[in-house]
Amino acid sequence: MAVNKVTDSNFDQEVLKNSLPVMVDFYADWCGPCKMAEPVLEELSESYKDKILVVKINVDENPQTAGKYGVMSIPTTILFKAENEIERQVGFGGKQKFEELIRKVVT
Amino acid sequence: MQDKQSLASDTGTIWDTAIIGSGPAGLTAGIYTTRGTLKTVIVGGSSWGGQLMLTSEVDNFPGFPEGIMGPTLMENMKAQAIRFGAKFIQENVTAVDFSKRPFVLTVHGSPITAHSVIIATGAETKWLGVPGEKELIGRGISSCAPCDAPFFKEKYVLVVGGGDSAMEEALVLTKYATKVTIIHRKGEFRASKVMQEKVFENPKIRILWDSEVIEIKGKIKIEEIIIKNLKTDETKTIKADGLFVAIGHNPSSSIFKGLIDLDEKGYVVPKIGSKTNVEGVFVSGDIHDHVYKQAVTAAGYGCMAAMDAINYISNFQ
Repeated sequence: MAVNKVTDSNFDQEVLKNSLPVMVDFYADWCGPCKMAEPVLEELSESYKDKILVVKINVDENPQTAGKYGVMSIPTTILFKAENEIERQVGFGGKQKFEELIRKVVT
Repeated sequence: MQDKQSLASDTGTIWDTAIIGSGPAGLTAGIYTTRGTLKTVIVGGSSWGGQLMLTSEVDNFPGFPEGIMGPTLMENMKAQAIRFGAKFIQENVTAVDFSKRPFVLTVHGSPITAHSVIIATGAETKWLGVPGEKELIGRGISSCAPCDAPFFKEKYVLVVGGGDSAMEEALVLTKYATKVTIIHRKGEFRASKVMQEKVFENPKIRILWDSEVIEIKGKIKIEEIIIKNLKTDETKTIKADGLFVAIGHNPSSSIFKGLIDLDEKGYVVPKIGSKTNVEGVFVSGDIHDHVYKQAVTAAGYGCMAAMDAINYISNFQ
């Protein structure tokens, strides 16, 4: 299952106001490590469905959100719950690092 | 992607060769071992592809007269190894046991056994190790200009280093930043002439010779960078938005410590050709090459290790 995209205009609705915790992958098409992360995120969105939502946001098309959260390196993956940032992972550290992040909200 | 189940289904297999790493060395080795009919598994790492995944245009790899994007080149090499039958696992090797035959690698908690091993783990970014650095990685400090340059549109950025990768970082950054300053410990670069010329000709780039970064200050982003002149010992503070680190790489050899011969810097020491001191364990690429460190030399070393492994397996059987 492909990971859904969010944008500057629906970020509030889809991420901040979501009843589930949301893991947001800030990426761009020209970034090598982002491409590596993609299949891993797809797999995680499947294995943790109903527990967390995994979405991605293209930083070129949506500079406001990246700016708001001070994202200056991609990939950066930020975990949100109830409108708050719980923690972030800078760079692609493999499935293990994503799972460490997810375990902050899923037991 | 490799899930636990399909990994487990491979645990009964004894591979002819297990390649650790998936940069140009590991993937070239895989192309050769599979074509040499060795049953090959490439344990490519969760972050696969090696240093070229952090580059943009690669202009010195033969066969691509217009240049090729580093990540595309690696995708192609991977596809080529898989085409000839290599099994690719996108996980890290966490431990190796070279005292047993066949050899045992631990991957995601499961054992992988193989009659020969090709070590091609390469090298990873060397950071500055100065106060403030660790906290600000991803908040203005980066080692990948092709990834992060667009965040520095109309900003002031520093690049630390004096080799080809520092030159590339600086040049990529000029497409976005208003000003780029390269900070280098010495009075001259070790980068190739062609890269140096591009840097010297670029009006956006300034160079601060004989200097090093001693501290980075900032809370949620970089605010100030403290620079020391190594000749005069004077320090000064620069207000910049970004800092790109390109001072070289350290060999990724920690899992082999005490198991095969490493030099004092952690590079694997080959005995003859690609052979290590453990029979059946071969080495290729930046994990042992502290001189050339090019994509094409790594690929060449990968080929050598594969041919040595093929020879070893044919005598072994």
